[in-house]
Amino acid sequence: MTRSTLSRPAPAGSGATPVPLLEVRDLKVHFPLRGGRRGHVVRAVDGVSFDLAVGETLGLVGESGCGKTTVGRALLGLVSPTAGRVRYRGETLPPRRRAPALRRAMQIVFQDPTASLNPRMRVGQILAEPMLVHRIARGAELTTLVNDLLVRCGLWTGAADRYPHAFSGGQRQRIAIARALALRPDLIVCDEPTSALDVSIQSQILNLLSDLQDEFGLSYLFISHDMAVVNHLCDRVAVMNAGKIVEIGPRDRVIRTPTHEYTRTLLAACPELRPRGG
Amino acid sequence: MPPMPQTPPTLTTRPRGVRSSRISGRIGAAVVALMLLVCLGSLPFTLARVGGAAPGEEATMPRRFEASDLDAALRPPFWADGVSDDGGRHVLGTDRLGRDLFVRALAGGGISLSIGIAAALVAVVIGTLYGSIAGFCGGRVDEAMMRIVDILYGLPNILLVVLLAVAVDGLTARFGADLAPGVRQIINVVTLLVAIGGVTWLTMARVIRGQVLSLKQLPFMEACRAIGVPVRRQFTRHLLPNLMGPIVVYATLTVPAAILSESFLSFLGIGVKEPLASWGSLAADGLNELNVVHSRWWLLLFPCVLLGVTLLALNFVGEGLRAWADPKRRA
Repeated sequence: MTRSTLSRPAPAGSGATPVPLLEVRDLKVHFPLRGGRRGHVVRAVDGVSFDLAVGETLGLVGESGCGKTTVGRALLGLVSPTAGRVRYRGETLPPRRRAPALRRAMQIVFQDPTASLNPRMRVGQILAEPMLVHRIARGAELTTLVNDLLVRCGLWTGAADRYPHAFSGGQRQRIAIARALALRPDLIVCDEPTSALDVSIQSQILNLLSDLQDEFGLSYLFISHDMAVVNHLCDRVAVMNAGKIVEIGPRDRVIRTPTHEYTRTLLAACPELRPRGG
Repeated sequence: MPPMPQTPPTLTTRPRGVRSSRISGRIGAAVVALMLLVCLGSLPFTLARVGGAAPGEEATMPRRFEASDLDAALRPPFWADGVSDDGGRHVLGTDRLGRDLFVRALAGGGISLSIGIAAALVAVVIGTLYGSIAGFCGGRVDEAMMRIVDILYGLPNILLVVLLAVAVDGLTARFGADLAPGVRQIINVVTLLVAIGGVTWLTMARVIRGQVLSLKQLPFMEACRAIGVPVRRQFTRHLLPNLMGPIVVYATLTVPAAILSESFLSFLGIGVKEPLASWGSLAADGLNELNVVHSRWWLLLFPCVLLGVTLLALNFVGEGLRAWADPKRRA
């Protein structure tokens, strides 16, 4: 694997005790129940802890409504955590209102590629906006960067002049990935990026994600309910149920020899899964 | 490994129904443009003073749309009545005071259209700002702002317009006794449009707030927050452009509604004051002239036809604009 030409810290394992990219400790997100009495809350995320190394892909799996997406949103500061701590490169993150540098470090790719692109903006404007807002480039330089992003994500430069509706679902997801990449983040939270796409397009998007990881040394928090997809892409897997992580470990260990009852149920519900090398 | 570049699609298709809405939209726009041009463009003619050979005499001369000629009262259009002997001077006939209906319809159209458009503009600006701020801020700000709208909604709005119009009337009568009649008429018209606009923005605010609330939940707005796009830019670049559809549609619906409210008020005698005319007040006058002995049909028919054609054309324009504003219909 060729690592990034950009200056990135070496991946985990090279130092004696490397600082993980992300350290999540006892994260809780509770939502007040509407119309309920005071103190009645939904415990969407209820005490989640994990580490994420540089260049690593952590799969977060679980059934619908178990709080996977809320974890991702809390990491990005899109929802305020009720309790817990998130550290990025050893630095504790504020719950919301983050500094621009921290915004640049983490980006997100959403499940629905149609709804995640502003239908009133051309693709070029969509990709240019993050770089404009963070004053990375302007003018002709910006155009070059936008075209670079498009080509890197498997599109063509002429795509910049079109509106999102002119693209297929897979192409739109490529645009969304390109937008996340525009700020050169360390971490991309992928919130079920393939579940709205059909199977052949899914594998193209997964391959794109792993190519980009090789090129830029990205870390992914890969949220999914699809064990096959997780098996394809992730280094480690965390299994969530009812707001808690019930099992976390290397992919092969979790998928081949699950220890928790819930993980077994989840794997049993996935008919076509054949673990690698199995 | 570089990803495989994909070939751009070469063929773009347009959905059905675009062409018909485009054609009717263009016809509607042409009719509205013609109405605007004729009615507003002829104002220098209709507002011009009649006669007045001597310069000092000019100020006392009536303007063309209010110039009466009792000898020529209640004449039908010259082409509809063989016995007319006035040499075809009155294209659309005359009213009870012998005022030329054609000239009055032109002046009245100018008044109706400008009140309608200006009132819709007032409603759209207030409604959009109010609704989008409420929706965008959310939480308690939203609650408080929308409760105010609910309260205002609870009041009968035509009553509000009447109260406003009467109050301003009273004020001008009391403090503006020395104002020129022209200035009073301007105050009258402005009051009317502000009052109509001031009560129609409520629906606009609700519509826009609902749109903003649903837009705010969409992933592309979340992506903005994740990127750190400033709130002002989120508002102007992401929110407002996506609101253009409902704004345009609602605005074109508001124009005819405002014209109708204005006619209604004029009919009640609180709207446009004599001798100033609007299509609404002309139609109301025409209705009074309709009786079993004589049907002075021209007095009712022509203002109504002009009003109806204009309202229809405005609706066509609205539909055409909606189709145009929808990005899915652009290649």
